Amino acid sequence: MAVQMKTKTVTFAEAINEAIRLEMRRNPRVILMGEDVAGGATLEHLEDDEAWGGVFGVTKGLVQEFGRERIRDTPISESAYIGAAVGAAATGMVPIAELMFCSFIGSCMDSLLNQSSKIRYMFGGKASIPMVVRTIIGGGFRAAAQHAQTLYPIFAHIPGLKVVAASNPADAKGLLTAALRDGNPVIFCEHIALYQVKGEMPEGEYVVPIGKAAITREGKDITLVGVSMTARHALAAAEELAKDGIDAEVVDLRTVSPLDETTILNSVAKTGRLVVADESNPMCGLATYIAGIVASKGFSSLHAPVGLVTPPHSPVPFSPVLEDAYLPSPEKIVAAARAVSGK
Amino acid sequence: MNIDRETVLKLYETMVTIRDFETRVKEEFARGRIPGFVHLYAGEEAVATGVCASLREGDTITSTHRGHGHCIAKGCDVNGMMAEIFGKATGLCKGKGGSMHIADVSKGMLGANGIVGGGPPLACGAALSARLQGTNTVCVCFFGDGAAEQGTFHESLNLAAIWKLPVVFVAENNGFAESTPVSYHCAIENIADRAAGYGIPGASVDGMDVLAVYEAAQEAINRARKGLGPSLLECKTYRYNGHFEGDQQLYKTDELQQRMIEHDAIKNLRETAIQQGLATAQDFDAIDARVQQKIEDAVAFADRSPYPELSEVDTDVYAVAVS
Repeated sequence: MAVQMKTKTVTFAEAINEAIRLEMRRNPRVILMGEDVAGGATLEHLEDDEAWGGVFGVTKGLVQEFGRERIRDTPISESAYIGAAVGAAATGMVPIAELMFCSFIGSCMDSLLNQSSKIRYMFGGKASIPMVVRTIIGGGFRAAAQHAQTLYPIFAHIPGLKVVAASNPADAKGLLTAALRDGNPVIFCEHIALYQVKGEMPEGEYVVPIGKAAITREGKDITLVGVSMTARHALAAAEELAKDGIDAEVVDLRTVSPLDETTILNSVAKTGRLVVADESNPMCGLATYIAGIVASKGFSSLHAPVGLVTPPHSPVPFSPVLEDAYLPSPEKIVAAARAVSGK
Repeated sequence: MNIDRETVLKLYETMVTIRDFETRVKEEFARGRIPGFVHLYAGEEAVATGVCASLREGDTITSTHRGHGHCIAKGCDVNGMMAEIFGKATGLCKGKGGSMHIADVSKGMLGANGIVGGGPPLACGAALSARLQGTNTVCVCFFGDGAAEQGTFHESLNLAAIWKLPVVFVAENNGFAESTPVSYHCAIENIADRAAGYGIPGASVDGMDVLAVYEAAQEAINRARKGLGPSLLECKTYRYNGHFEGDQQLYKTDELQQRMIEHDAIKNLRETAIQQGLATAQDFDAIDARVQQKIEDAVAFADRSPYPELSEVDTDVYAVAVS
């Protein structure tokens, strides 16, 4: 029996803020570190409500409740503070480190590639690294090549990391709460174009399990798989396809690693056709990986080749006309789905 | 400095344990019984020993690829260490880490680290953890002269300084980053001088004089424990072996090697203590015999231990969820 939860309408950014706030109240070991996450450190006139709360205001108000010991502005030193989050996690804390844009991973890759992800294994299971790296993915803001990448395949490639990317406020709250209780290093990807998107969010305690995809629309003719922004595009595409008499099922992955292969394969077994929409670059990317999984484990279900909707193998362009051409969209998913359906 | 007999004997025993452990690892490696890469600490014993002698239970350390000495000085079990280096299931890390990743978090030893410069950020985090949990513990970050050129070192010194974290950064300057002389890779003579750039105390000491290291480290550790912030302690030392076993060491001269061996930390402590009447040759001989047996037992333990089950290959990747 489904439990009716009281909900409220919030933005994606507010949902993240609430998840952090509730978990920090529940668990005194949770701390938040990053550039300007409190804002205005040591500037007296910014100590109250004016504190910045991150470049997009996602963490606004947290420093007033939890103070500057737990909400820590950092220097622009990603190697030091994300590495410090690993050290703090190894010694009993549950740090959230904000890597402002995932493109900045180049500055601190070692802490994710060789430290946080490997310590448990290298130490024979005798250590845990319970930490979350919150980071912005995605395009649409004309932010160009160094601020608009979608790099979750790089994180997902690394054993020991988990990678999460929510598509709506409710999932953002539930998945971030789960990430903070997971006991592993979790990369929590926040699409830049989702921050102001509104949706219903359950109030109070709310956890969405990591590693479980959601079927956000049931259908029988074709499976559309997406994650984060492309999961929303897939839903919009499904509505358009319905007008053509194509009944699409939409799978919102919610988690990139560990990938919920079962939900994808079960859906494809039912529909026989698949389009994967993914904002990461296609070489060794998420879409190609899912196509590979279905080819190796669900080939007999397929009535047609898998359709892939990804950007080209190029950096994210600046000019609005080019960026629009670069990014996946509902229209591109519709076109791919029609091609796969032979219609 | 004033030093008592008990401390002298403890410092001596730790240094001899490291020396004998490394000597034996070298032999076993040469015999083909140890897989992978090993980086030996022989020659540098005074640093880990002199620093860790002032640490308490609950204090933590981060280490380097040359980590056996740090492990021993922090109290890790030598049987578990030797078994780890042999790749056995009874190793400290169940044979999954090896020499370069040897660790015992329960002893505050947060891991050898295969990445040069990997330790300083971790040390900042462990120190932040200590502060926020109110444990009054400190973290010591060991790193080599090579790591002093990594960005992580500079970023971490700054972070520790602005947050006044209880960290002691210990530069083990052994003269060479792999084969590259410190005079080439470092723009200044003393790594410790870089402390000034971060507004923290810095000191250079003879890293082959265990009492000098002990005294300087004690001051830095006490300062960190009092909440006065980080320090940078440079210990000028020398590694008797190559960067790794198998290194031909063509970058070293015989004259340098001979001069440093004559300045050996273990020999010097023994002679000084006997001269000052703090201990006798018999005291030291008894320790030598005891340690020799301990290392013999460690190799026997590693030898008779089983290799890991093949099913272990992909376990311990993730922790099960906690709440």
